[in-house]
Amino acid sequence: MMNNDTLIPKIGVVTDIRIDTPDVKTFRVVSPQGGKVFEHMPGQCAMLSVPGVGEGMFSITSSPTNTEFMEFSIKKCGCLTNWLHSMEVGQQITIRGPYGNHFPVETELKGKNLLFIAGGIGLAPLRSVINYVRDKRENYGDVQIVYGSRSMDDLVDYKEIIEEWTNDKGIEVNLTIDREQDGWNGHVGFVPNYVKELAPSTDKTVLVCGPPIMIKFTLAGLKEIGFTETQVYTTMELRMKCAVGKCGRCNIGDKYVCKDGPVFRFDQLDELPDEY
Amino acid sequence: MLKISVNKLDELFALIASKQTLYIPADREAGVAEYKKWEQGMKLSNALNTVRSAKDFFFPQTENLVDFKMEGKNIEVIDIRQESEDFVVFGVRACDARSFTILDKVFLVEPVDSYYKNRRDHGTVVTMACTRPAETCFCGVFGIDATEPEGDAVCYNDGENIFFKAHNEKGQKFIDSVSSLLEEGDTSKLDEVQAKTRDILKKLPLANLSTDSFGGDKLMENFNSDKWGELSESCIGCGTCTFVCPTCQCYDIRDFDTGHGIKRFRCWDSCMYSEFTRMAHGNNRNSQLERFRQRFMHKLVYFPSNNNGEFGCVGCGRCLSKCPVSMNIVKVMKALEVK
Repeated sequence: MMNNDTLIPKIGVVTDIRIDTPDVKTFRVVSPQGGKVFEHMPGQCAMLSVPGVGEGMFSITSSPTNTEFMEFSIKKCGCLTNWLHSMEVGQQITIRGPYGNHFPVETELKGKNLLFIAGGIGLAPLRSVINYVRDKRENYGDVQIVYGSRSMDDLVDYKEIIEEWTNDKGIEVNLTIDREQDGWNGHVGFVPNYVKELAPSTDKTVLVCGPPIMIKFTLAGLKEIGFTETQVYTTMELRMKCAVGKCGRCNIGDKYVCKDGPVFRFDQLDELPDEY
Repeated sequence: MLKISVNKLDELFALIASKQTLYIPADREAGVAEYKKWEQGMKLSNALNTVRSAKDFFFPQTENLVDFKMEGKNIEVIDIRQESEDFVVFGVRACDARSFTILDKVFLVEPVDSYYKNRRDHGTVVTMACTRPAETCFCGVFGIDATEPEGDAVCYNDGENIFFKAHNEKGQKFIDSVSSLLEEGDTSKLDEVQAKTRDILKKLPLANLSTDSFGGDKLMENFNSDKWGELSESCIGCGTCTFVCPTCQCYDIRDFDTGHGIKRFRCWDSCMYSEFTRMAHGNNRNSQLERFRQRFMHKLVYFPSNNNGEFGCVGCGRCLSKCPVSMNIVKVMKALEVK
């Protein structure tokens, strides 16, 4: 009898599908016996697959404090994600993981004032941390969330943000959309500019995720305000096949994003070739 | 040392093959060798080395990982793994033997790759010391002694006799299993042959290639070198270097619908290919320069960085003789060398 191999996946059942935006759906996944297929930490990922269609790495958007199920917010943009978007409740998929490191919620982030900055589907990995922090509120200081999308309809998890996050004590939520839109009374403008306008206090530890261009300008803006790279964390994605640092695909410098990442602090990224 | 006459190799092979599957380097055509499953009458090749490396034995070009059955909304995962049969690879050269210990550092670190380990556990590597190294050989640059190869057991050929020495328990078991054909022999001629080979190795044209400019602590200076443009200009991205390379281990995982179910298999891939890093939303290595640089940076800088300075090249010289545009790791090392 051979040992288990991480390349041999387990079965997950999709028990709920939420339409978040025109191109993002959130899938709830449990094991066929009920409960979570495995435990994880905020920021970790899983390989989801539909045999015959493909396999891909997705961040786990639900918090580990959720004991019943895992959730994945997935944007429709390729073969596999198109297939996932066409699924119905009850469909089985394969799942393996958890993979990669995680945001240091029990170490560096503990006791800190936190600033979350997300753009578009970039909220998916941060949502896991945000809900983890909300469930262990006493371990963290003030929480500020800056989240932007192309339009009102493209804000992922809008319902949870409005109904839950904005009502939490000690959590400030700042939403923005790229262009004016009927029915939107909030801020209009790109995330990096909005962050500069908000001028958050520099005692905060920052977690940022979004399109590469947004991350680039956000980091530059944070530095202008007085933040240093050692205060800012992000999470990366590259093409992956094995998810355990062997297939070679996500190799950047001497790191493998799948196992040494996906979470990096910006001063760590400085030591790597700019190939991501 | 125990030995057998070169005239009795047929008997030796027959005895090994009576117990487990035996692979030897045999001629496909005169002087062009490949590993073949030994059958009665098959002769050991006189060629220095095989065209393809020996990595196939442990990391085959394609292999089935797992099967799936799809029924309605349900999926069945079928673990198709089976214990490998015991086998012997005879006549592996020092460069290829070292490549196994390099691949071990990828596949046997946690989480262990059970497919690779299965074959490693069941395979016995019997190496053969080199006596006629070629001008494209540079294993010595990476600390490999072609006259003293690694492996479970090693053989030395003095022209008349083949001598045997075990490196570990598995190797000793192999020698014990053929001891009925072996006898004690005088090694004085072998000592001469070994001394002569060492002399040739020292005088090889690439013997003095320097690795001083490479290693894990020289990441950015090598990555940012202005030489990559010129070096990669002629690369056509064919991936031949990757496929003949004994240490290249990048792989792809794909599914195939047989009509009766889905087979998930993995196969060799190359970081030199344009689709290697292509994602739905873009490609982080869009130019051949970036892809070319990745392959050599991995062998000369990234791998050593993660493996106590060990380089990801064994100096077998296959890429030197096989690249259609005559580009290779030696040219890269010379161009990047800081004098």
